Amino acid sequence: MNRSRYIALILGLVLAPLLPIPAALADAPTPARQQQLERLLLQDCGSCHGLRLTGGLGPALTRDAIAGKPRETLIATVTYGRPDTAMPAWNALLSEQDIAWLVDRLIEGKPTP
Amino acid sequence: MKRPTLLLAAASLLLSACAGQPLRGTGDLGVVVERATGSLQIVETTGQTQLGRVEGLGDLSHASVVFSRDERFAYVFGRDGGLTKVDLLRQRIDRRVIQAGNSIGGAISQDGKLIAVGNYEPGGVKVFDAQTLDLVADVPATPLADGSRNSRVVGVLDAPGQRFIYSLFDTNETWLLDFSQGSTPQITRFKNVGKQPYDGLLTPDGRYYIAGLFGEDGMAKVDLWHTRRGVERIIDGYGRGQQKLPVYKMPHLEGWTVAGDQTFVPAVGQHRVLVMDSKNWKQTDAIEVAGQPVFVMSRPDTRQIWVNFAHPDNGKVQVIDSETHEIIQTLEPGPAVLHMEFTPRGEQLWMSVRDGNEIQIWDPYALKLIKRLPSESPSGIFFSSRAHETGL
Repeated sequence: MNRSRYIALILGLVLAPLLPIPAALADAPTPARQQQLERLLLQDCGSCHGLRLTGGLGPALTRDAIAGKPRETLIATVTYGRPDTAMPAWNALLSEQDIAWLVDRLIEGKPTP
Repeated sequence: MKRPTLLLAAASLLLSACAGQPLRGTGDLGVVVERATGSLQIVETTGQTQLGRVEGLGDLSHASVVFSRDERFAYVFGRDGGLTKVDLLRQRIDRRVIQAGNSIGGAISQDGKLIAVGNYEPGGVKVFDAQTLDLVADVPATPLADGSRNSRVVGVLDAPGQRFIYSLFDTNETWLLDFSQGSTPQITRFKNVGKQPYDGLLTPDGRYYIAGLFGEDGMAKVDLWHTRRGVERIIDGYGRGQQKLPVYKMPHLEGWTVAGDQTFVPAVGQHRVLVMDSKNWKQTDAIEVAGQPVFVMSRPDTRQIWVNFAHPDNGKVQVIDSETHEIIQTLEPGPAVLHMEFTPRGEQLWMSVRDGNEIQIWDPYALKLIKRLPSESPSGIFFSSRAHETGL
């Protein structure tokens, strides 16, 4: 008993640093939620940023367009919006995990429909 | 001997081909934009059926449509800068050009010969021959202070006297292009109309142009009978002292909603529909509604106002009594109601329920759902009767 717990702990300690974003992974949205977010990204973000994220009233959000922008900055923009622009704060509707997941989708280059 | 028989056979083939497509008018036709698939459904409102689908129209997010004056052709403005002329009777693309990198919408001139397209990238307006889609005029918008690009164009509308009018989102201007003297337009620029005009509308008689402002509470009005009087600000500070709510989708002003001597418009950042006196343009009321209004549309008899909403309240539609300003009913048609279109005399209301993948047809008098038609993520619905309305 003690021994197996000990092994699990060690294993965890060894493996944890190997995971790229441990916190985000631990709290990743459920598959059902991911599907909702996917739709939100396409349709609702798309109404300003374009269905193919090539921009509109809001700037393009394709992988190339956001390359070099720090993940934290992108998360802050989605969370709090941008004053004096049409970008609203999404924290009233989306959790931190939702926003992080959406930003990661953008960074990895969301496949176009 | 053989030749006449062959000819006869060919003639009868031709005849039967014609018989396959009976003659019909186009006054009861319309199109539904299916934005995810880049296709257009052709529908008819007499039997309430789908006639066909036209594909290959590119990126149709935020697509809008105008019609030729004979109501045979639909001009579709796509996000990717595509301008497509669709033959409603043959149900196919007649012509298509990619005229810019990113566009927002357009208009057809009073005489039906010119199509103006408003572009975000490159910021400006391009005007095309309605028949051939050849470029007639290119009018770049004002460059931004840092010179990086031109202002984005919003709310392009046709005005009487062979004119087009639109606003510049980034540089706070309204421009009037006059094509009455030929294909080089005379340009009138109205500056400092207000912060971030996001869309425009025209009164049904084509006299007043009004730009909605995103960056401040108010609207900018131009009297097209007296353009020298410049821009007048109306309903200034309608939300003064109130906390602005987040706007998850830009409202639209396309459905100019004049009901008798009242005008109904969406507020920005408030869950309200504003009412103005259409004679003196003073605000007379603010109606509390279920969310950020997107479309505020009057039933053609002006007795009711139908309102849909931005995310996350886009599953609802509210019906307002134009006389008492009370909410008659709150409907929940389905997930993501994007657009509504009345038949010209108002006995039907067609509604796109995007995430329900259907078009719903309502009886706006009984407030009852009559019929559902399947559709792939439908957004805008446009009936051919728009051909004869100024500023739509």
